[in-house]
Amino acid sequence: MFKILKRQMLTPNICKMVVAAPRIAKSALPGQFLIVLANEEGERIPLTISDYDREEGTVTIVTQLIGASSAAIIAKEEGEFFRDVVGPLGNPSAFVKMDEEALKGQRYIFIAGGLGTAPVYPQAKWLHDRGVAVDVIIGARTKDLLIYTEELGSACDNLYLCTDDGSVGFHGVGTACLEDLVGNQGKEYTQAVAIGPMIMMKFATLTCKKLNIPIDVSLNMLMVDGTGMCGACRVTVAGKTRFACVDGPEFNGYDVDFDEAMRRLGQYKAEEAEVKAKYVK
Amino acid sequence: MAERIPRVPVREQDPKVRAHNFEEVCYGYNLEEAMTEASRCLHCKNPRCVTACPVSIKIPEFIAKVKEGDIAGAAAIIGEDSSLPAVCGRVCPQETQCEGSCVLGVKGESVAIGKLERFVADHSAESDETSRPKAAVNPDAKKVAVIGSGPAGLACASDLAKWGYDVTIFEALHKAGGVLEYGIPEFRLPKDAVLKREINEVKALGVKIETDVIIGRTVTIDSLMDEEGFEAVFVGTGAGLPKFMGIPGENLNGVFSANEFLTRNNLMKAFREDYLTPIHAGKKCCVVGGGNVAMDAARTALRLGADTSIIYRRTEVELPARKEEVHHAKEEGVDFQMLTNPVEIIGDENGWVKALKCIRMELGEPDESGRRSPVPIPGSEFEIPTETVIMALGTAPNPLIVNTTKGLEATRRGGLVADDEGRTTRPGIFAGGDAVTGAATVILAMGAGRKAAKAIDEYLKTK
Repeated sequence: MFKILKRQMLTPNICKMVVAAPRIAKSALPGQFLIVLANEEGERIPLTISDYDREEGTVTIVTQLIGASSAAIIAKEEGEFFRDVVGPLGNPSAFVKMDEEALKGQRYIFIAGGLGTAPVYPQAKWLHDRGVAVDVIIGARTKDLLIYTEELGSACDNLYLCTDDGSVGFHGVGTACLEDLVGNQGKEYTQAVAIGPMIMMKFATLTCKKLNIPIDVSLNMLMVDGTGMCGACRVTVAGKTRFACVDGPEFNGYDVDFDEAMRRLGQYKAEEAEVKAKYVK
Repeated sequence: MAERIPRVPVREQDPKVRAHNFEEVCYGYNLEEAMTEASRCLHCKNPRCVTACPVSIKIPEFIAKVKEGDIAGAAAIIGEDSSLPAVCGRVCPQETQCEGSCVLGVKGESVAIGKLERFVADHSAESDETSRPKAAVNPDAKKVAVIGSGPAGLACASDLAKWGYDVTIFEALHKAGGVLEYGIPEFRLPKDAVLKREINEVKALGVKIETDVIIGRTVTIDSLMDEEGFEAVFVGTGAGLPKFMGIPGENLNGVFSANEFLTRNNLMKAFREDYLTPIHAGKKCCVVGGGNVAMDAARTALRLGADTSIIYRRTEVELPARKEEVHHAKEEGVDFQMLTNPVEIIGDENGWVKALKCIRMELGEPDESGRRSPVPIPGSEFEIPTETVIMALGTAPNPLIVNTTKGLEATRRGGLVADDEGRTTRPGIFAGGDAVTGAATVILAMGAGRKAAKAIDEYLKTK
């Protein structure tokens, strides 16, 4: 059992939770994820780690209300318990393994969309703490749906906010903001990282290709075990079938078959809708 | 005299009824039936059944107790060698092991050793007269870590606990049992009534089980040994990575590994209305493969309402599954397409499976395994319209532990390098079961777990 120490709704649909999980907190690195099973009858839901505190023995997860199982996670109150939290899963981000010398000349740009903003935080913080140049673009539909603005503000050199409706910051999507930064403001980046909805990561990759910036994307595929056992998270990368759980979750965006990945995400849509109708009021 | 009594048939759920539920297929013997069946044993001087048993259960001795009606006595005899009798009585391939070696089988039918083992385990659990040895952990006992709570790990942990070691099993999933929990379906091995009960017996020996710990991610073998005080480690992580065929269309929606399909249904209980787990069997399902896992997947799909076919490239004679599973699958209405091999999975305009394109095969020369290898018949391609395809082609060991532990070596096929007693290439680390051999059987894994327990005991005594 894993105790929920803090719970905060970031938007009407997005919930941040700090969970006691000392062993995971001790091993977690940026880019890795957890699997959470709220109750006995729930599903094992993969969630990217949004922060970890080795001393406190806690990990932070951010969940968006989508179906019955994410609703079960969000329904938990402070002081209550998750049945299971397991991890850290997957490989850490590529930069974690790079030596200091290799990192020195790098200029990172993160493109974060919606829920994907939360897992950008430990990555940007890790680089920023080591003196690597980091800019972050956060995009959302409207001002009230932007999350992690304060945290990220202190974990990068420049934070750019974008809204589809122009209610704050750049009026438009994150990729348009990136094009503006590079095309009109003379910014130069050596590496991009995009985390967000699959469609957003697809377009971020297309933009980066155009701008000639290498890009890594974090694939949030369907999973059961998260350890390479089920193969539900199969994706085609550079023409080869890979498992997002053990080979990823981050891959070179140029190599990812996004259309297949998006299709595979919808594999249980009909069944999920049925369950949601039954359980989520 | 004794050989004139025919083998006592075992009662089973009607195939027409059980094809629509997940209740156990086989009801097992009652006391009277078990005692009659036990009376058929000839009590050979050199019992070949014991030699054929990977954990060397003293079969004639326990059967003699059953014959007398002393079921607790029988349970105690089995308990000396097996920690999971109710499981093994249900899932062991007895026809190639104990029963396959029974003298009675030469001219007639062998003693139903598996069904008797199962009866003893179930009966003694029901009457709560289990007399398996119980041990309390000595506070100064040396600590041993067992990685994986499947058959190899449970067998290894049980023996070590009986000898007084302080044993902790680490399990990556949220429930203990390994393949017994996530792989073998409820209708063959009831989880709460049988598996949980036997795991509780292992815990009663003093074994601790920590779920949700992935060795190589949450902690490493080195941190267990250096920081947590474990003096020896047994790796019984099984063979969990699914294989695919590498044919076009395998990433279409509606193509699943048997591991995914079975895990959703067994561990995650998708068949139960009160669980949230989605599962998709479709109206028509093709299962590719001929082993026990293929039978389990096919019979599960059938129970979820799919018209189901097994697609296998050799003939029925070569099917690697237990005879009983093939027989049960047929009784329930699973269709068998033998000498058939998939060449492509065809999708519709939305990327969902529409058909499985296969080619007919014929048997050619025997290959290195001694089986005649199937050869495609040119021009015999045809399509089977289907909504789902389940790949049950075998599994390989997970590389996570090898990749995160210095000094451990693996073979080209991914199995850990270990000798017959389970010693790996690094002192203090032992391994056994599918993690070493690649996918095999529950009882072979248990046998390997027991051998390694012995080697660990020797190692710690001389350390």
